[in-house]
Amino acid sequence: MNDRTTLELLEKPEAPAKPRVDTGYVGQSVPRAGAKRLLQGRGCYVDDLRFPRLAHAAFFRSPYAHARIKRLDLKQALRSPGVIAVFDGRAIAEYCSPWTGVLAHLKGIKSPPQHAVAIERACWQGEAVAAVVAETRAQAEDAVAKVEAEWEELPVVTDMEEALAGRAVIHPELGDNVCFSRSHETPGFAEVFARADLVVEETYGMGRHTGVTLEARSILADYNAAEHSLTVYQATQAPHMMQDIFSRHLDIPEANVRVICRDVGGSYGIKVHVYPDEMATAALSVMLRRPVKFVADRLESFLTDIHAREHRARVRLACTRDGRILGFELDDLTAIGPYSVYPRTSGIEGNQVVNLTGGPYAHQAYRAKLNVVFTNKNVTCQYRAVGHPIAVALTEGIVDLAAAKLGLDPAEFRRRNLIPDDAYPYTFPSGIKFEKLSHHACLDKLLALMQYAKLRQEQQELRAKGVHRGIGLAAMIEVTNPSPAFYGVGGARISAQDGATVRLEPSGMVTCLASVTEQGQGAEAVFQQVCADAVGVSIDKVRVITGDTGTTPYGGGTWASRGAGIGGEAVLQAGKALRSNILDLAAAVLGADKATLEVRADAVCDKASGEARLPLAEVGRIGYFRPDTLPLKFQSELAVTRHYTPREYAFTFTNGIQASLVEVDTDTGFVKLLKHWCVEDCGTVINPMLVDEQIRGGVVQGLGAALLEECLYSAEGQLLNGSLADYLVPMTGDTPDIVVAHVATPTAQSELGAKGVGEAGTAGAPGAVMNAINDALAPFGARVTVQPFTPERILRALGKVR
Amino acid sequence: MRRPGAASGIIGREEEGRLKPSPFAYARAKSLAEALELAARPGAKVLAGGQSLVASLNLRLASPELLVDITGLKDLARIEVLKDKVRVGALVTHARIEHSPEVAKHLPLLAQAAPHIAHAAIRNAGTLGGSLAFADPAAEWPACCLALDASLVLVSPQGERRVPAEDFFKDLYTTALAPGEIVAAAEFPLPSSTARSAFAELVRRRGDYAIVGLAAHRNGAGLKLAFFGVGAVPVLAKHAAAAPDAEKAAAALDKDLDPPADLYHGAATKLHLAKVLLKRAWNTLSTSR
Amino acid sequence: MEHALDVTLTVNGTEARRRIAPRMHLIDFLREELGLTGSHVACEHGVCGACTVRVDGEIRRGCLTLAVQCDGRKVDTVEGLSDSGELRELQQAFHERNALQCGYCTPGMLLTALELVARRPQARREEIREYLSGNLCRCTGYQAIVDAIEQVLEARRA
Repeated sequence: MNDRTTLELLEKPEAPAKPRVDTGYVGQSVPRAGAKRLLQGRGCYVDDLRFPRLAHAAFFRSPYAHARIKRLDLKQALRSPGVIAVFDGRAIAEYCSPWTGVLAHLKGIKSPPQHAVAIERACWQGEAVAAVVAETRAQAEDAVAKVEAEWEELPVVTDMEEALAGRAVIHPELGDNVCFSRSHETPGFAEVFARADLVVEETYGMGRHTGVTLEARSILADYNAAEHSLTVYQATQAPHMMQDIFSRHLDIPEANVRVICRDVGGSYGIKVHVYPDEMATAALSVMLRRPVKFVADRLESFLTDIHAREHRARVRLACTRDGRILGFELDDLTAIGPYSVYPRTSGIEGNQVVNLTGGPYAHQAYRAKLNVVFTNKNVTCQYRAVGHPIAVALTEGIVDLAAAKLGLDPAEFRRRNLIPDDAYPYTFPSGIKFEKLSHHACLDKLLALMQYAKLRQEQQELRAKGVHRGIGLAAMIEVTNPSPAFYGVGGARISAQDGATVRLEPSGMVTCLASVTEQGQGAEAVFQQVCADAVGVSIDKVRVITGDTGTTPYGGGTWASRGAGIGGEAVLQAGKALRSNILDLAAAVLGADKATLEVRADAVCDKASGEARLPLAEVGRIGYFRPDTLPLKFQSELAVTRHYTPREYAFTFTNGIQASLVEVDTDTGFVKLLKHWCVEDCGTVINPMLVDEQIRGGVVQGLGAALLEECLYSAEGQLLNGSLADYLVPMTGDTPDIVVAHVATPTAQSELGAKGVGEAGTAGAPGAVMNAINDALAPFGARVTVQPFTPERILRALGKVR
Repeated sequence: MRRPGAASGIIGREEEGRLKPSPFAYARAKSLAEALELAARPGAKVLAGGQSLVASLNLRLASPELLVDITGLKDLARIEVLKDKVRVGALVTHARIEHSPEVAKHLPLLAQAAPHIAHAAIRNAGTLGGSLAFADPAAEWPACCLALDASLVLVSPQGERRVPAEDFFKDLYTTALAPGEIVAAAEFPLPSSTARSAFAELVRRRGDYAIVGLAAHRNGAGLKLAFFGVGAVPVLAKHAAAAPDAEKAAAALDKDLDPPADLYHGAATKLHLAKVLLKRAWNTLSTSR
Repeated sequence: MEHALDVTLTVNGTEARRRIAPRMHLIDFLREELGLTGSHVACEHGVCGACTVRVDGEIRRGCLTLAVQCDGRKVDTVEGLSDSGELRELQQAFHERNALQCGYCTPGMLLTALELVARRPQARREEIREYLSGNLCRCTGYQAIVDAIEQVLEARRA
């Protein structure tokens, strides 16, 4: 370990304070009730489910990145012990219709239709070409090994520039390999850049990488032929969306489809998309009239879980000689797979990069060009923080470069250019609108927290001794709580609103059913807190149920950092309404004026004196079992449903700023992450402990992207590192302590005031690390711009290796 | 576990991700004689800790007909300090080597290397003999055996023979083990009281396979520099060992090593990293106690 | 058909006798044969640690251990160690510190932490990180996990 600074000794994390009931639960670090079963290994993930006659699916997958299926012989596989059925794409297509990943609001986006199991042609290595169903997974795999196939290899497109040039077109009917392109230019742009005192330019690269959920994608589909109904247990973030999709593509009435999410072992966006093998599994259950389960194994996960973030972007920044940013220019090229993923499209990530570049800074001039191209590698789509890590890295990178050219300290340069905290509402050159951000308050807090000046001094002293530390900053804006502007406007049947039903039980407990889903981030915990406060009960009286289209209100689920802000508001409003209904009943029972009563600590109390007058258990008993004792015309309503949609702003932006402290071993090129900070403004923080570890988890994913993670493909489109031994995910020995602090600017759009935060960590971490490494390398005149920043790339930048 | 894609560098080219092993029979040997008899059968593979073998079975990189479990052979699990050597049985686990007072006292190089092997749960089960027989090019024990001038004791129905470590590691995952032969132990000559050792490896993440590693041992006049992760087998850098100082030794590595590229590092980078490791280890090897 | 062998394992203190194929790993045996789904499968090549269980008192990867190799041995899983109370301190600390999110890595983390706490009572943060470096968590930033284990160690040292 390196020299410990006094800073590190001071920063020892403290245990979170115990919750105080008298001030309410919102804002307190209440431990999650939902964690107890997980701590004992008594949770229930899809793979834990047992059903009579449960069969297991495995898939024969294309070994080639692009090939026509000349012949597929399933006979030997069918004879393999334990095999129930073997199907090709055509057979499955009779039960499951294809889909196309396009939306109307991404003008000009195009993609061919995709089938659950490929017919005629495989377009990426790992695409499923036949399905085997057997009594056990092992037997299914044995049978897959007996499928015989003959292939005609087709030209493989893996390089994004080659894809754009279009010498080999993957889908001839589309004419070229461009899925989506977009241009944007503010009036007078060219002149601003022509006249600027300084224009800096740099090209950044980000390697494609992936989410790596520890629980692999899992689905268990159970078709009931007698009722023409389908129940699907799925590790998904959006059960209602999947209900709609299963219904439409399997031709089963929507009300006959039920999607249930039990415990989900991590998602990060990976589990919000439609996967052909999962659709195939549902079709197989229908075809075979019995429950069928598919759990991707780890190698399949690397081959077929969506990848993301393969970009090469050239960025320019124009500023005045006294360091005022005038504008940005972006030319972004990104490679997706051979299909745009359904239903959210693979154009969104690039689109976000265009929307978000330059985000934190005041400027007027902006020009952007985006090309999203098909390749014969795995499909890509939204993965935690979507386009933000790219937009933040290239914005913060070019900002640091400009600061360096002007001889300005990077923090000072940012101070001169971050949008002032009193400038809101603010419309951004790419068209997006900010309600209210707090860039300067966050910057101030960060610099104090990390003792910036002291770190700079220490850096100087250590440099003289040949120890090369670097400090990197990354300011960011983040999209949260999206309205239908994200998907709905484009025609997607993706709900941007959510609902909560809050119900008083006869015993005085409260059940809260919510349409936002839980994958471990603590959505249920947060709703429990909000509900308890809203109704006036102690938290252990509240049970939260999520993830069941058969019982919860209709909603969007979890994605785009919307759970607490949107779901939480629905819970709040429903809880308040229930409280009011409880008071109506109590007033009738007590013969009192409703205005003199309140609900507190599990009882209806006298507002003035605090005296408990009617326990909620009594309210429940009377309401459900003795309504004959209530006034003739009085009908108690002890269950209330409310919905919430963010309307005023298309997206509720949050802001934050991160810092990374690294030490670069200039002999080996190895980077040691010494420490990381994140000051985040996500509005009302409902549970600081949950929020902070969410941020840390997001940061670590970003650190992984910066230093370790990349899906490596050969020129022939073969995935070279599709295992956890070869694809490097950060572990405890590789990550620093991460200090998290907050500024709070609640949104006025909702009563709760909560913005989103789940993706913030991932958005800023890669940019901060890149800037830190380049800061460390500055004395050598070396810079790195392509992620991940491997030892070799650093050694090359230093000229130590060719 | 051992790297699944390392040999071909490609996962999924032939086998698109199958993680259940194909069927095999299993027998637990109750004596060495029985083990040898079973191991001689066609399609048989010897199973010790299983940390490499079971992983390769899961990935269907190996499909034996019969697994011969030798973990019951307690005679192979001893650490013995003899008159002029230390004999470490093939079934001694990495964890036991890590915590052994005898090893710490007599073979500090092994004690220095042990914590670098994977992670605690793997070290509890993985064995010295298993690691040597598997001969992963980035493994620690083969290089340590070279540096310490060890001899491997191999047993077969024909009896026992000793093969110097320098002759044991032949090619990628290929050793001098004849079909049906089992590693019984590694014997390490007792170093002199002035011996010095150094161990270092470069990894992107703690517990990973080494990108490049060095197991070095100076015993009297002799210096052995065993590099691993630099080719199909660990390599004794003889030119470098004969050099008078760190700079010249590093330069001499150009003659000793010709590392192929791996997934993340080109050949030039690997060679450069080997030189850095050598320079850093040099002082430890020359300073007197 | 496949070879099958009779094995007897003592799992969480109870004898379990089954006839199984030799190729079945211990983790599949626990999950499929005994319904002990608390230990999880996530990679099946020994890297992530989600399958970590205890065999004859030492932690092992359940995916790199064949069930037949455990004939006659004692196996402890998170369910048994929860019921016996052996994991109570760690579970409490993990809960208080929010040292888990989705819970998929948690049983493996707890089993590894249990061994660390027993074998390295003087461990500080650095050593905790080193011992846990074979257990992958993708949800948390690892910090709360380290905090929780540190809390247990400090309480014991007090």
